[in-house]
Amino acid sequence: MSTLLDVERLEVGFAGTSAVRGASLTVERGETHCLVGESGCGKSVTSLAIMNLLARGGHRTAQRLTFQGEDLLKLDDRGMARLRGNAMAMIFQEPMTSLNPAYTIGSQMTEVMRRHKKVSQRVATDRAADLLGRVGITAPGLRLGQFPHQLSGGLRQRVMIAMALMCEPQLLIADEPTTALDVTVQAQILRLLAQLQRDLGLGMLLITHDLGIVARIAHRVSVMYAGEVVESAATAQLFADPKHPYTQGLLRCVPVPGKQRQDEPLGSIPGTVPRIGPGFQGCGFRDRCSFADASCAHTVPHQTAAPGHDYLCRLAP
Amino acid sequence: MLQFLFRRLIVALLVAATVMTLAFILTRLSGDLAISIAGPNATAADIEAVRKAYGLDRPVLSQFFDWVGRAATGDLGNSYFFQTRVSTLIAERMPVTLTLGLTGLSIALLVSLPMGILAAVRENTGFDRAVQMIALIGQAMPSFWLGLLLMILFGLTLGWLPISGTGSWEHFVMPGIVLAFSAIPALTRLTRAGMIQAMGSDYIRTARAKGLSRASILLKHALRNAAIPVVAIAAVQLGFMLGGSIVIEQVFALHGVGFLAWESIAKNDFPVVQAVVLVLAVIYVALTMVSDLMNAVLDPRLRA
Repeated sequence: MSTLLDVERLEVGFAGTSAVRGASLTVERGETHCLVGESGCGKSVTSLAIMNLLARGGHRTAQRLTFQGEDLLKLDDRGMARLRGNAMAMIFQEPMTSLNPAYTIGSQMTEVMRRHKKVSQRVATDRAADLLGRVGITAPGLRLGQFPHQLSGGLRQRVMIAMALMCEPQLLIADEPTTALDVTVQAQILRLLAQLQRDLGLGMLLITHDLGIVARIAHRVSVMYAGEVVESAATAQLFADPKHPYTQGLLRCVPVPGKQRQDEPLGSIPGTVPRIGPGFQGCGFRDRCSFADASCAHTVPHQTAAPGHDYLCRLAP
Repeated sequence: MLQFLFRRLIVALLVAATVMTLAFILTRLSGDLAISIAGPNATAADIEAVRKAYGLDRPVLSQFFDWVGRAATGDLGNSYFFQTRVSTLIAERMPVTLTLGLTGLSIALLVSLPMGILAAVRENTGFDRAVQMIALIGQAMPSFWLGLLLMILFGLTLGWLPISGTGSWEHFVMPGIVLAFSAIPALTRLTRAGMIQAMGSDYIRTARAKGLSRASILLKHALRNAAIPVVAIAAVQLGFMLGGSIVIEQVFALHGVGFLAWESIAKNDFPVVQAVVLVLAVIYVALTMVSDLMNAVLDPRLRA
């Protein structure tokens, strides 16, 4: 495996707040990497910063941000647009509003391929129909002529996925792709993503707050808290031997059938995520952590528990 | 869709009937028509003769239904002053008013769309504020005054454009600009607001994530959605321009329908006044229907 996406010490600020504070992660070719964390921890902002799609007022810096060896920090808007939708594609949380209501599915799917691959409308339409079939949509020919409002949320998310695959991307960033969907549809979409990832050898960065999803399809997990990646490991390793107190807390919040006794209360993490401004020092979790001491307010060491298992805490491995 | 059209048609007919009634009542309220038609030096006998000749001695209700009945078959009666049919008179004058209205609307759109789009893209910058300021001034400026200012500058001082008449396309430039000025503020604000909303939407984020060009994002994806309210208002504005050009046709001596209306009011030629009001109202209603149809074309969700 070789590294597809390499992010080192990414920082994103919005007027007076730090949304991401030195997050690092890598996505290998053909690997599903899950980025987990609670709402507001900076997961989505991280993904948007990678694609350089931050809303107005957002500012990103990083020590390193490369995709297939190309330095994304040095690319201008035009250069970045050449990659987006082409070698790196993205799908979003809100399938209901992410498609343009004024254009047909076919028109929205083909335009991305016509832009990047310089193919004829005929070729692009064939590919769109082919991919719609591939993401499990029946009667693709009919769907291509329909408008987004004529499709359900689950179908729209399938269209988004098919559209992201139009130009055979190396990397697919999926920002909570199932959060807005019904539970049954969630499972279908996840299975579809996992299957496509295997079949096409996609590198996938999947952002979620759902540890159930992580356990099922991730090869590698990064746990994010208050703008930092606090722990990163192979999935099995992380579930078996979490090192960071926050990861441990998160895992205690997930009920495991058979393991959990009926009368035993489910775990929870006391307190809320702190608001972090520029110049914040020390560990962002210290106010909620039962292991915190005075040293946590100053420096947080970066430790390695095992090869490929890193975490950000003073506690010994 | 058919049901929608049918309902709109019924509303249109109701509006036309109301306008006819109002036009009829208002012309009768302006005094004894026989006296004003006969003129200041007429004797009592003259006035009686006029009253009989024009059918003004009959009961008001029978005059009304007579007019409505004939208007329904397309007969708008004869002008008292011009001694021709009212329909011929209006048909002769309509091209000038239509040319003026369409010129005004085209200029308004050519100015407001780019200004609105640019103001939205540069939201809260100096440019945006300047555009909003211009819109405010435009809204506050009386059109006859602007017309006179333009005449002084382009007609008299610079001598670039003719100041009155309808001889060539150049005659329509200044009145067109004046007419456009009344529509520009609303259209610019709507475009700006629509573009700001569209640019913040999820589908524009998707378009950016697809790596589309800036032109495609702005003009294909955002403008298409921002244009929906703009088109609706533009059609209605054209109706206002056709009906409201009365002042501007006067200022620039353009012999259009507005000028005709003014002349007829001054001369108590009330069949013409009634007919002009009716025709303009029908055009206005028709334009609102056109605007609904254009909205359905632009927004597939309305086509269901």
